[in-house]
Amino acid sequence: MDAFTTPLLAGTATGALLLIAALGLTLTFGQMGVINMAHGEFLMIGAYTAFVTQQVVTNADVSILLALPLAFVVAGMFGLLLEVAVISWMYRRPLDTLLVTVGVSLVLQQLAKDIFGAQGDPVVGPSWLAGNIGVFGYNWPYRQMFTIVLALAALGGLAALLKYTPFGRQIRATVQNRDLAETMGVSTRVVDRITFFVGSGLAGVGGVAVSLIGGTNPNLGRGYIISAFLVVVAGGLGQLKGTVIAAFAVGIATAYFADWTSASMAQVATFALVVLFLQLRPQGLFTIRTRGLV
Amino acid sequence: MNPRLTALVRGAAPLIAIAALAVLLLVVAPATLSSFRLNNLGKYICWAIAAVGIGLAWGRGGMLVMGQGVFFGLGGYAMAMHLKLEAAGPEGIPDFMTLYGNGTMPGFWEPFRSGAFTLVAILVLPAVAATILGWAIFKRRVKGAYFAILTQALAVVFATLLIATIQETGGFNGLNQFTSFFGYNLYDPVNKRMVYSIAAGLLIACLLVVWQLYRSRFGELLVATRDAEERVRFLGHDPANIKLVAFVVAAMMASVGGAMFAPIAGIISPSDVDATASIFLIAGVALGGRALLLGPALGALTVGYGRTTLSETFPTQWTYFLGLLFVVVILLLPRGVGDLPRTLRSALKRSTA
Repeated sequence: MDAFTTPLLAGTATGALLLIAALGLTLTFGQMGVINMAHGEFLMIGAYTAFVTQQVVTNADVSILLALPLAFVVAGMFGLLLEVAVISWMYRRPLDTLLVTVGVSLVLQQLAKDIFGAQGDPVVGPSWLAGNIGVFGYNWPYRQMFTIVLALAALGGLAALLKYTPFGRQIRATVQNRDLAETMGVSTRVVDRITFFVGSGLAGVGGVAVSLIGGTNPNLGRGYIISAFLVVVAGGLGQLKGTVIAAFAVGIATAYFADWTSASMAQVATFALVVLFLQLRPQGLFTIRTRGLV
Repeated sequence: MNPRLTALVRGAAPLIAIAALAVLLLVVAPATLSSFRLNNLGKYICWAIAAVGIGLAWGRGGMLVMGQGVFFGLGGYAMAMHLKLEAAGPEGIPDFMTLYGNGTMPGFWEPFRSGAFTLVAILVLPAVAATILGWAIFKRRVKGAYFAILTQALAVVFATLLIATIQETGGFNGLNQFTSFFGYNLYDPVNKRMVYSIAAGLLIACLLVVWQLYRSRFGELLVATRDAEERVRFLGHDPANIKLVAFVVAAMMASVGGAMFAPIAGIISPSDVDATASIFLIAGVALGGRALLLGPALGALTVGYGRTTLSETFPTQWTYFLGLLFVVVILLLPRGVGDLPRTLRSALKRSTA
């Protein structure tokens, strides 16, 4: 039983982290065609926000609760800054945004190294997350469960925002047909900016969860960004449904592969799996049907 | 001037430029640079060889190849394995295997004892790998950002795999301490110069190959595929095949660059081939001008030189420069510095008209 449940539960937690990271990516990717390679650094910013908060408010039980909204705002502001300063100038060249944001991510990583040092810093978990719960003979840490709760809360919040608020309607309209949305009076530039803020902020929240599991690290984003992108690619652009399924599928599959072979072989196997999956569904799990050729 | 003569000169201009670069790299540089600086230039030339391929795939083909480090590594490791076995002598095994492992050599190393096999492998391995991956991706019409992300993921996976297999590939340290290159002692400055000249010669050869490709029908089709893939399909061509050829040629060039990098740098390690290294290769192409003939090569030489000089004076700030280079060049000069004269000329024409 252990060989079955351990990877399943650990993989679900990894999948939840990937989900938080991928939610913001799929939003900006689907809506603006922007591929934000600096998105992983927003996770890193979230993790360092948790660290700094803990330096100020030393009570670990309280500081994490404070860090969650703070990380959302801090990472969101960085995202907004990136959008206004760089990305808004190049909406007609989506592929080039990829390279520009690669440059931004290099700068942010080096900045974190210069400010906080190349070594990572530990973040103390709150006492209410210490310990673990026995599930089929596996001691499942509360921290991993917390990640899942956080991911589901982020997902629920985002889904509600998209479905029930006027702003969510504007986002969906912009994703489906930008020109038509504009003619209906939606200011797509404003919508883009707020989407970027929300997407980056979610990554910041994910960063807090990451910091609880492995502390902070200037290169922390690098480890997640590629998997998160594979999730977005496999799930389909701008599709919450697809992203959720793909995130947990990638997380759990990687955990099983890692259990059977090794952590590095698991990466190879997951990559091969995504390429094979694209053979069956080149546009990902779910797609928006359009009459466009491209 | 006679119009036919003008056309002749214009047609020959790229060749004259390549010839000038050849004279500069093969005659002027060895005569003026110290052997240390010449060796550094040799490294930049290896990156430039890979950059020429990226120019073909990305600049002309529109495929943003973010994992060229993988192919650079395939060639580099193939060559390094041969050099390691050469250093170990016949029947010998590389030193690190007794250090980290149980002193037995994995079976896939054995054929690399043969120099001829190694040279063939340097061309065939990346070609096969690129064909399989390219076929799977292009035939299903996966393109744009999807393609770029998949290639970058490939680079991440490749580096992880190398680091994990310390007994087979030297792990994080990579392969180093080569003593001879196909029988020539690598500690002898004359032989080092010869290795440099081979690399420079290969760069010129690659430039001639892309020059010929760009003026061929294939080159026209490649640009057409980049700009309007559906139209090319409606005209009866299969864009997947056109892109596949460019991708495979680019992979082979990266492999050749990597193969020369190993003896010149004296080491090949995962940090030379991972995602960051792949991005570094792209930086030069973007700077020089992705769609130009000489842009990628000159850009890669410049970025390589900049990396050495800047990391000598400011060890940590180099990353800021690289990052800002991407932002500034792609934002303001998407066609690269090499295209600046034309941009200025057309701007001038517009302002006077």
